[in-house]
Amino acid sequence: MSATLAVLTRELRLALRSGGGAGLGLAFFLIVVMLIPFGVGPVPSLLAQIAPGTLWIAALLACLLSLDRLFQADFEDGTLDILALSPMPLEGLVAIKAFAHWITTGLPLVVAAPILGVTLNLPESAYWWLVISLAVGTPALSFLGAIGAALTVGIRRGGLLLSLLVLPLYIPTLIFGAKCVTAASEGVEVMPAFLLLAGVTLLTLALTPFAAAAALRMHMR
Amino acid sequence: MPDLGKYGETILTAYAATIILVAAIVIVSLVRSRKIKRQLAELEARRNG
Amino acid sequence: MSIWEFANPVRFMRLTGKVLPWITALAIACLAIGLIWGFFFTPEAINFGSTVKIIYIHVPAATFAINAWALMFVASMIWLVRRHHVSALVARAAAPVGMVMTLIALITGAIWGEPMWGTYWEWDPRLTSFLVLFVFYLGYMALWEAIDEPDKAADLTSVLAMVGTVFAVISRYAVNFWNQGLHQGASLSLDKEEHVADVYYIPLLFALAGFFLLFLALVFLRTRTEIRARRIKALQLQEAN
Repeated sequence: MSATLAVLTRELRLALRSGGGAGLGLAFFLIVVMLIPFGVGPVPSLLAQIAPGTLWIAALLACLLSLDRLFQADFEDGTLDILALSPMPLEGLVAIKAFAHWITTGLPLVVAAPILGVTLNLPESAYWWLVISLAVGTPALSFLGAIGAALTVGIRRGGLLLSLLVLPLYIPTLIFGAKCVTAASEGVEVMPAFLLLAGVTLLTLALTPFAAAAALRMHMR
Repeated sequence: MPDLGKYGETILTAYAATIILVAAIVIVSLVRSRKIKRQLAELEARRNG
Repeated sequence: MSIWEFANPVRFMRLTGKVLPWITALAIACLAIGLIWGFFFTPEAINFGSTVKIIYIHVPAATFAINAWALMFVASMIWLVRRHHVSALVARAAAPVGMVMTLIALITGAIWGEPMWGTYWEWDPRLTSFLVLFVFYLGYMALWEAIDEPDKAADLTSVLAMVGTVFAVISRYAVNFWNQGLHQGASLSLDKEEHVADVYYIPLLFALAGFFLLFLALVFLRTRTEIRARRIKALQLQEAN
């Protein structure tokens, strides 16, 4: 247990230290949401209609931004080898790292999203579901990202490849997450979409540490 | 040529696109096969020669 | 004699070398029969007019677009479990062929959609999931290209194939949830009640067989190339040392 906490605090410290990159995702999220009205025009009704999808896609891209650093630095300086030799299973390490990634990138987005929802004229009924769906859906983004990060860890210029590998995996989460918010803003039953979203997240949390750890072992062999 | 009626263009485009794509993958595969086969032959000739 | 005998590259080369010309000839024959029969000698369908002739390329291409991925999935699993190099190379060889099949299904579908649905592209579940499949093929192929060490590349792409399969299937149903579409239901099934009339069915079977054999021939050809390429790499390493 103490090992888990130690790794988690280390990850968080590294991310929050200057140059760690936390906060960049948030800024990116803000910029993408700001660019949308420039692209589609400042019509309130149109913005209200596309707000759920916009916020979800912006969150998805912001999440992607810091993924390539998830294992890269530790892999390059050998920390990952040492961590792999420790009694803690590599699967657990991957899960902690993905969780730390979620705390530093996903969680701020969850908090910031309703504020940006105001600028996009998001219908009032959708705010709660926006927060809930992002809170439930973004962990899946970080964990799926861990697979992509583990697959591309030793590859030079892996960043672009990483997005090509990870973005298709985000499709179910995006569909169900955005559907939650859209359904709430239209006053339709939200639960089906929400339960499916939660299901995808749970499946992801259960499976991805194994896949990502397997990929890391292949790199370190 | 059968009478394709008003959809003639549609059908012919679909067939043409398919033929082009299939031909492309076949040609690419064959060219690479030839190239690799020749390289391997040269390499083995050099080793045995 | 078990199937694992062919995991030996030498045996695989010997066998495929022998059967490849026959498969190719048979593929050309089946495709010629199916497509010429379908194109010249089938009547117009009530709902589709003469566009029904597109079925002879659209349905087989779509079938093998999915089955190519299934082959990659099985081959990757065999590589991970039993570490037969030929298996990993079959997965690699099948990907571009599957991608082209996906592209054919998408393009013929779009062309067919224009007169039938009044639009080239509709975000219909089936079309969309094929687009998703196409993206998965691109990612898989890109990962193979990105890694130099052959065994590591085989390992990592196998993991991607496993994860990709799970998420491609989830996406398929997620897309259904997202939008009900315009697409016809399955036109072929083992259940006799459902499938298309015999006039179209028999040439379609020939076209399916033709596409299958074409797919097989291409995968064999490409796998043979990959095996030779692997041998070249090994020889060059030996010379370098």
